[in-house]
Amino acid sequence: MTEEAVASSGVRTSMGRLVIRVFRFFRRWPVIPVLIVMMLVVAAVFAPWLAPHDPIAGDLAKRNIVPMWYAKGSSEYILGTDPQGRDIISRVIYGARISLLISAIVLGLGGILGTTLGLVSGYSGGMIDEVLMRFVDFTLGVPFILVALVVAVVFGNSLPIIIILLIVFSWNAFARQARAEALRIKTLDYVAQARVAGASQFRIMYKHLFPGVMDPIVVVATWRVGMLILTEATLSFLGVGVPEPTATWGSMVAGGRDYIAAAWWVCFFPGVAILLTVLAFNFLGDWLRDRLDPRLRQL
Amino acid sequence: MLRFIVRRVAFSVLIVLGASAFVFGLSRAAGDPRLLYLTEYVTPEIWDQWGKAMGLDKPLVAQYFIWLSKAVRGDFGTSLRDQVNALTVIARRVPATAQLAAGAFTFALAVGIPLGVLSAVKRGSILDYIGRTFALLGQAMPAFWLGIMLVLLFAVQLDWLPSARRGGISHFILPSITLGWPTASGILRLVRSAMLEILDSEYIKFARAKGVSNALIVWKHALRNAIIAPLTFAGMMLAAFLTGAVVTETVFAWPGLGRLAVLSVFSNDFPVVTGIVMLFTVLYVIMNLFVDVAYAYIDPRIRYQ
Repeated sequence: MTEEAVASSGVRTSMGRLVIRVFRFFRRWPVIPVLIVMMLVVAAVFAPWLAPHDPIAGDLAKRNIVPMWYAKGSSEYILGTDPQGRDIISRVIYGARISLLISAIVLGLGGILGTTLGLVSGYSGGMIDEVLMRFVDFTLGVPFILVALVVAVVFGNSLPIIIILLIVFSWNAFARQARAEALRIKTLDYVAQARVAGASQFRIMYKHLFPGVMDPIVVVATWRVGMLILTEATLSFLGVGVPEPTATWGSMVAGGRDYIAAAWWVCFFPGVAILLTVLAFNFLGDWLRDRLDPRLRQL
Repeated sequence: MLRFIVRRVAFSVLIVLGASAFVFGLSRAAGDPRLLYLTEYVTPEIWDQWGKAMGLDKPLVAQYFIWLSKAVRGDFGTSLRDQVNALTVIARRVPATAQLAAGAFTFALAVGIPLGVLSAVKRGSILDYIGRTFALLGQAMPAFWLGIMLVLLFAVQLDWLPSARRGGISHFILPSITLGWPTASGILRLVRSAMLEILDSEYIKFARAKGVSNALIVWKHALRNAIIAPLTFAGMMLAAFLTGAVVTETVFAWPGLGRLAVLSVFSNDFPVVTGIVMLFTVLYVIMNLFVDVAYAYIDPRIRYQ
């Protein structure tokens, strides 16, 4: 009896320990966000193989089919179809492609542009710094969504226009961060020593400042992904994003809006895709910040 | 301090001027402004006559200054959709947006502050998790989707609240939540972190040692200081409401500035579009200026940068 009790309690504690260890692992490492991001990347890269149906060609005979778990649903259309008879899950998968593609290009170009200008600005100081930072303030001081709306209507909404708009919207965060870091690092002894040793300005910026600003820039970039995906989706929703018939999450929500009473799933799933993506990148950003640079915590 | 204010004001004027040049350039890039009023089938005489009347025979820079001098006096031209002064069209829409922003701000404060305090005081409890989930969702949900989902739940399924347009108090609830949630998340996070820091401070320990009741410590002594952090962001929050109004008003068919902006952009109503963009820019700039000056007032180090 007592032996049994001891044994069972032993089992219980080792089970309990396992649960605690799993829990700790999940708290320590961003398992779920990484899984979501991996799923997104896989969906984006292998969209043509993963999507069960064509994302653009619809079959009007099969419009507004309910998701498969309803009695009337079929496993052919897992998340149902939209008012044009297009498969929702295929469109969500292709939507990941366009969202990630835009984010990658914008972060790449905007990040390089912003970081470089921020470094130069912070390191040189003086007139260059003043002009560049005032320009950053200018881009921050203009209502972005409105300007984007006007630009997209005037020049026509196309993928390049959207990308340029989003770069204009996102480079300034990198510039500010890189400048702040450059201001801090350039007063450190090793930079002064490099200068005494005769290093050129370019070499100091590239070899001595750039590695130091890398960590916070990575954190800023991760946070930016969420904002970019939200902004891109908002533009698509307003009708000035990547033009139809390309499947984007924002335009899918817009397209299903008039049918929510009859077909809620058309709006619901693309929104969930946006939500999960943004949550995953925000979590990753927070985690990276805690890992790489706890000073940013005050942000 | 005066020097600082003068510099900031001068820079603000520069931003507005820059934005005005940009907007003017955009409206010209959209095509010959005569095409908004005339078709291409009019006789060349009438075409030239309109060109002269609108000042299109002058160089572009001169045209800009003519436009600017009129704009400063509130004349952005005649709205194409409504055939009245663009500023009148805009002014008619201001109350709706102002009311919506007020509703959203009320929601943000009423939810953000108490939930922020509770999630700091009861750190690690279920309340804390509710608060943090609320904040995480608010910063990750696309506003247009949130609005539609709220309509689906409370208007379509439950039939408790109206789904669109302006009206009584009940019409305000869903749009205010949609517009206010992200801001509420921001306030919640700021209040929570400020409360955590303050509750750990010496003067709170002293108050406890003195025997002040817990409720009084939390809601008076600590909250008074914790509330400063979100207040300094109030300007930015109001600016966010302006941008957010574009989306929220589109979802709820709310007859405010955001809806007007979208409608005017799509109908090429440039007098109204330029007017709204300039109005938003000026409001943005004033708010930023106000925040900067308030910061400099609180923290002298900023003035001498």
